[in-house]
This record gives sequence, C-alpha cells and structure tokens, in this order.
Amino acid sequence: MSLLRATRNAGGKHGLASGETRDPIGIAVAALNKVAQLDLLDRFGLRRPTEQTVFTLTRGGFRAAGAASRAFQRRGKRGEPGVRAPVVDRPGVFDLTPTEDEQMLVDVVTELADEVLRPAAAEADETCAAPEDLLKASLDIGLPILGVPEKLGGISEERSAVAGTLVAEALATGDMGLAVATLAPGAVATAISLWGTDEQQATYLPEFTGDDVPAAALALTEPGVLYDVLEPATTATRTDDGYVLDGTKTLVPRGSDAELFVIGARLDGTPVLFLVESGAQGLTVEADPAMGVRAAGLTRLTLDGVRVADGAVLGDTDGSTYVECVRLSRLAWCALAVGTGQAVLDYVTTYVNEREAFGEPISHRQSVAFMVANIAIELQAMRLVTWKAAARAAQGKEFAREVALARKLCADKGMQIGLDGVQLLGGHGFVKEHPVERWYRDLRAIGVMEGGVLV
Amino acid sequence: MINLETPKKHRGLIDNAHQVAMNMLRPISRKYDRAEHEYPKELDMLAAMIDGLSDSGQNSGAGASGVRRGEERKDDDGRVKNGANLASVLSIAEMCWGDTGLLLSLPRQGLGNSAIASVADDEQAQRFAGMWAAMAITEPGTGSDSASIRTTAVQDGDEYVINGEKIYVTSGERADAVVVWATLDRSLGRAAIKSFVVPKGTPGMRVERLEQKLGIRASDTAAITFTDCRVPAANLLGTPEIDTKQGFAGAMATFDNTRPLVAGMAVGCARASLDLTRELLEQAGVVVDYDRPAQTQSAAAARFLQMEADWEGAKLLMMQAAWMADNRKPNSLEASMAKAKAGRVGSDITLGCVELAGSVGYGEGELLEKWARDSKILDIFEGTQQIQQLIVARRILGLSSSELK
Repeated sequence: MSLLRATRNAGGKHGLASGETRDPIGIAVAALNKVAQLDLLDRFGLRRPTEQTVFTLTRGGFRAAGAASRAFQRRGKRGEPGVRAPVVDRPGVFDLTPTEDEQMLVDVVTELADEVLRPAAAEADETCAAPEDLLKASLDIGLPILGVPEKLGGISEERSAVAGTLVAEALATGDMGLAVATLAPGAVATAISLWGTDEQQATYLPEFTGDDVPAAALALTEPGVLYDVLEPATTATRTDDGYVLDGTKTLVPRGSDAELFVIGARLDGTPVLFLVESGAQGLTVEADPAMGVRAAGLTRLTLDGVRVADGAVLGDTDGSTYVECVRLSRLAWCALAVGTGQAVLDYVTTYVNEREAFGEPISHRQSVAFMVANIAIELQAMRLVTWKAAARAAQGKEFAREVALARKLCADKGMQIGLDGVQLLGGHGFVKEHPVERWYRDLRAIGVMEGGVLV
Repeated sequence: MINLETPKKHRGLIDNAHQVAMNMLRPISRKYDRAEHEYPKELDMLAAMIDGLSDSGQNSGAGASGVRRGEERKDDDGRVKNGANLASVLSIAEMCWGDTGLLLSLPRQGLGNSAIASVADDEQAQRFAGMWAAMAITEPGTGSDSASIRTTAVQDGDEYVINGEKIYVTSGERADAVVVWATLDRSLGRAAIKSFVVPKGTPGMRVERLEQKLGIRASDTAAITFTDCRVPAANLLGTPEIDTKQGFAGAMATFDNTRPLVAGMAVGCARASLDLTRELLEQAGVVVDYDRPAQTQSAAAARFLQMEADWEGAKLLMMQAAWMADNRKPNSLEASMAKAKAGRVGSDITLGCVELAGSVGYGEGELLEKWARDSKILDIFEGTQQIQQLIVARRILGLSSSELK
C-alpha cells in the first residue's frame, strides 16, 4: 500500500476544502494517524473500551432494508376526503393563558420530561437510541394521537397546533433528542389526520390509535449544501398504477424501526408528500448520526425505484400540502428550541449562583448575570413568536410569515443560548458531566432540520 | 386561550392612530427635525382630538393613561382583559411609526402624566387632570443611579422647598408642570425620594437651556434649576411618609408602566424603517421569501428576515408586559424584558435599514437616517439597556441590589 502517494492532496474529506494540501510534516502526521487506527491498539487494549461500544454511531454501521412493516389493511374509500379537525374559534382577545386542557397536557408531559427524559438523555445521546420503556411511556400518555381527531380515535377536538407546540416545548425541557424520538410517530399520524383521504385515514390511523403503535417518520431533509426543502431532489414518476420514487432523505428520526414514512418528492416539478411503507422494495435505511438530536436515532433513507400505489399521495399535488407541512414542521422545531432554551436557562441559573470565584458566586458579576438576563429575554421572545405562529395555524389563518420569523429567531437566538450555556459553565460546560454541551449540539438543529416533527 | 393577535376591541383605535401618524406626523417629520426647538403647533389640534377621544371613552389610552394600582376593578369577572395598557402601547407604537419626536411632544401625554396617573391619589388625579406634565429625574451627576439624586425637598409649613438641578426634561419648557424627583432626607436613601408636581412659572424654577440632540429633535429637552422653589405640600405625589421597607417601590412603580410605552416607541420607530426598506428592496429586485431558508436567499433578504424576526419578538414582549398590567399581574420583569429587547432591536433595525438602503438610507432625502438617529434614545431613557439587564438578571437569579451591583 502506498501510503505517501495519495496523501498530498488532503481535500474532499474530513471536512477539508478541496484546495487543502499536506506538507511533509502533514504527510507524516497523516501516516501516524493511519497506524493509530489499526486494530493493533485494540488488541492490546490500548484504546478506551467505551469508544467501541457505540457501534451505531458510525456512518455505515448498518445498512438494511427498512424495518419489516406490518400488513396495513387497506380500508376506507380512495379519493374520498378524510375527517378533519375543525379550526379553533378566533377569540379576538390577546391572551397568553393555555386552555385548561392544554395546561393539563403540559403538566403531564413536563413530568415525563423531568422524570423520564432528562435522566435517560445522556445515554440515549451516546447510543443514538431512545430506551424502549421511555417510548412506551410516551405512547401511554397519547403523544402520537395528539393531532388525531376524536372521531378517528384520537384526542384532538380541534386543530391541535397550539397543544402540539406546548407539548413539544415541554418535552424538550427534558431532552430534545428524546422529544424528537417520541414525537416522530405523531408527526405522521398528524399529517394523515390533516391531509389524508378516507382510505389513508382508515388504513393507517387505527394502528396509531390502537395498542401496538408503529414507529413512523416524516422525511423531508435531503443531503446537500444550501438545501432548499421546497425543491427536493427526490423524484416521483408516474406509472400506470402509481408512482416510482427515487432519491435520498437524511436526518430521518427512527428510520430503522419506522414502519411508515411520509416522504417528500417532486412530481412534475412540484413538491408532494407520499406515504411509503417500510417494507417497500428499493427502500434502504442506514444510520446517519449527526452533531446532536442523536437520541432520535437519525437515519438516511435511500429510495431506489420504490413503487407506491396510486393512493399513496398525501394531500394536494399542487405543492400546497407540502409547503403547509414544511411550515408546521418548522413550528415544531421552534417549540423544541424554546423547551431546550428553557432547560439551559434553568440549569445555568442554578450553576452561576452556586459556583464561586474570587470569593463570591459568579452570578454577582454583571458579565455573567447579563448573559443570563439575555438568555431569559431572548427565550421569552422566541416563545411568544412561536406561540403566535401556532395560534394562527390553529385558527386557520395565514401563518407563513409568523413561522418564518419564529424559525429565524429560534435558529439565531436558540444557538446563542446554547453557546452561552456552555460558556457560563466554562470548562465544566465542555465536558459531558453537564448537559449543556448536549443542548449546544441539539440547538444547532434549528434552522437545519426539515420534517421529523410536526404540530 | 393562547392568541397573540391585536385585540379586536383596539383595532379601531390603532387604525385611527395609524391615520393620524400617516397624515399628520409624517408630513411635518422632517420639518421639525430640522427646526429643533420650534414648537410643533400642529400638535395642539391633535392633542385636542385625543382629549376628545378620552372624554368620549373611546380612547382607552392613546397616551399616558398609566395604571391605577390598588384600585378595585368594577368589572373583575375573572376573564382575561385587554385594557388601557395594551391600547396605549399599541397606539404609541403606531404614532412612533409616524414620528417619535413628535409623539414625545404631544401636549398632555408626557411621562409626568404617566407618573401622576400611576402614583397620585384621587384628589390629586382630579386636581392635575388636563395638565401637561413633564418628568424630571436625571441630574448632571446622576443618570441611571436615580436613587442617589441630590435635589432636595424640605418641608416648611404647608410647603416644600425644592433645591437642585435637573437635566433631560422632555418638554420641560412646553409643559404646564414638571414632576420633580427630590429627596426628603439624603441619609435615608431611596425610600426618601418623592415626586412633586411643580407648575410652570413657580418662582425659583428656571429653564436654563434646551439641548441640541442626535435625534428626536422635534421633542424639546430642557435643563431646569430649582432655587428655593416652593410648592404646596399637597403637590407631593403619593404618601409623604418615608417607609424604608417599601423603599423605592412607589417611585419605581411608574417605570413598570412607562417602560412598555418606551418599548412601544422603539417598536413603532423600527417598523417605519422596516416598512420602507422592504419596499425599497423590492424596487431593487429583492423580495423576502418566508418559506425559503434565509441562507438560500440574498444577504439583504436574510438580514431583513433577521431584523423582522427580532422586531416581532420585541413587539410581542411589549404586548405581554402591557397585557399583564391590564390583568393586574406584577410585570416589572416583563416590562424590563420588553424595554431591553425593543431598545436594542430598535437600534439594530433602524441602523441595519440605513445600511441596506445605502446612500438612499443615509441621505436626508429619505427618513431612514432620521429614524436611525431617533431610535438611539429609546435604548437610553426610562432605564438604559444595562439597567434593564440588571433588573432582569436580579429577578431571574434571585439576587438583591447589594449582591448584583
């Protein structure tokens, strides 16, 4: 093997721009690094054992056909519109008080976040998987059917965008990655409730409202720099009896155990949603871990000539359903940012009051205290802008502008909060003993992630 | 039920304010920016109109209505209220979309009126009704540290004798009276600070000069001296007792009311810049797309999105603070949050819009450069950015003023 020949040009991988070249010292270092990666070290037990345990972390750690999907029994009438939850009455009064039902829901979910999600978060982040009992607990409180109308066996009496927002926010105070893992099936159930035909609702929703709820995922993100979700590269081509899908989706939560996907693809140049069962031929799933939101078990889906039936189109084919889906998904990410931001604020508030330097708590210094004040101010602004968008969505008003502003604010200020959270703990913030480094990684997801969650 | 739209019952008032701002303030905006210290006589008619609205009960607060604390609500039925505070911030924002300097010059809508509305007892409220009152707190040696003011008030029979120097008194020369902060006893600290209504023309009160300023030039800013200036004891607002336990609370209560108003000014001024810049950008071929990721749009569109997002956050924080006051919830944390956010966002947006519009923004041909000058004061008066951060930090961290200085 010629170690030296190929090593002058360094670009094109490991995050290096293509112009990067190695000088002689660089070549020597690269060679040393290759030696360091040999199994030798492992055989002598020189490497820390924990580094090997997390095999799912590695890209290509597995690549498999999608999870075997259950046999979804076709029911209902194709082409007939499904049942829709009515929009919320427009109250006319400015009010920041959740309804009694919403408050009850928030209380229950907050308890789940505090007592189940937070303690499980560090390990789930490392193993890139949510614990089974945690997922089961989220089913017990009805998370997947939050957006499913009562008439279809769900729990929503009217459009649930506000309830969904409050729930996502409360869950994320526990952990964003686990929040995404528990919300992923609900994203699909909500999408089918919002846009599904009678047939689609009758075929799939009973599985979500029953005892054995399937994992499911809304897949909109694709690999690519400057990716614009409104112009997916994944294509849908019409055939005699349906469509053929080709393309790649990335950062899809729980893709390896999902039995049903909602996948965005371009049909005649317009973005459209498709329902794809995991057993479909040509669908493969591989691990696709990222900087954060790891507990959601992020995966990459490859669609290679995947055939779906005529009735697989979810909603309209004029792009309107797709763009509404994108907006509602972004709204959910904003809510997750608010919840995680709240976790940061609560954590640093305690820390800076307890941590002493120069003979007094560091919170007594303005440079520290003002950072905390700014976290509190920006967080509340993020929350209000997000709530406004959610309330407009629930009331059936235009909400494109409000979602865009919420997303921009939550991406910018959410990241700043994550950054300041680590900074306030100093070196302690950088190590995994404290959760702030995880929140830092998670908060970068806002503004990057499309799909996955939906309110 | 969560809803953050403009309240239905206030929409008429806000529409009116918008029409007034557009048709009355904008046409004279540049004129009084250039003619600093000249009295904007056009405002007399406007003030009369606002008074008329107030009397008819239609105007639930176009200006300095303030909040009466500790008053029993006749209509307290446990339902969520959208009242005078929300109406005030929204209509003030609308007026400052027209012109911040002129809004500050509106007769009978001064910050002193807010103080009277907030702190005065019923007899005083009646006696000072219809009076245009300015507010005098700052001194040459005392800005943010308002607890250490040096102006003194010494009781002499049924009168107080006031001595000291006040600066940055908005409309100090034009107003009918000045609400002056003075201490009854410097050794007793902030608890001894009281406010006094000093009518114009009271012997011993003298306007020394009018400042020349960066912005809000339509609004006069006076330096006033008080030399053995005697006012009736009944002009002391609130209680004359020095309650060291209650401390500064009485005087500071005014700020819980006025800070959301200043946030409203920043929100209004910044929206003027945003509205015009959006159109100028469109003329230049840049249309902001709310659905496409900011990073796939032009830098100008991405910057605009960021500014509009910040603006929306500031506006909703402002509405929250006012909504809490309307519903009798303590709101000093939220009032400071609103002022801090709106103050800094006001500067960022108005300056950002000048940058985006280039020479068109910088030149006097448009008003963008003026708004960028006007907005700066809004991050300073009624508590600077830093004072707001201090208040928020103390609240969040549970620290006293001796712990977090």
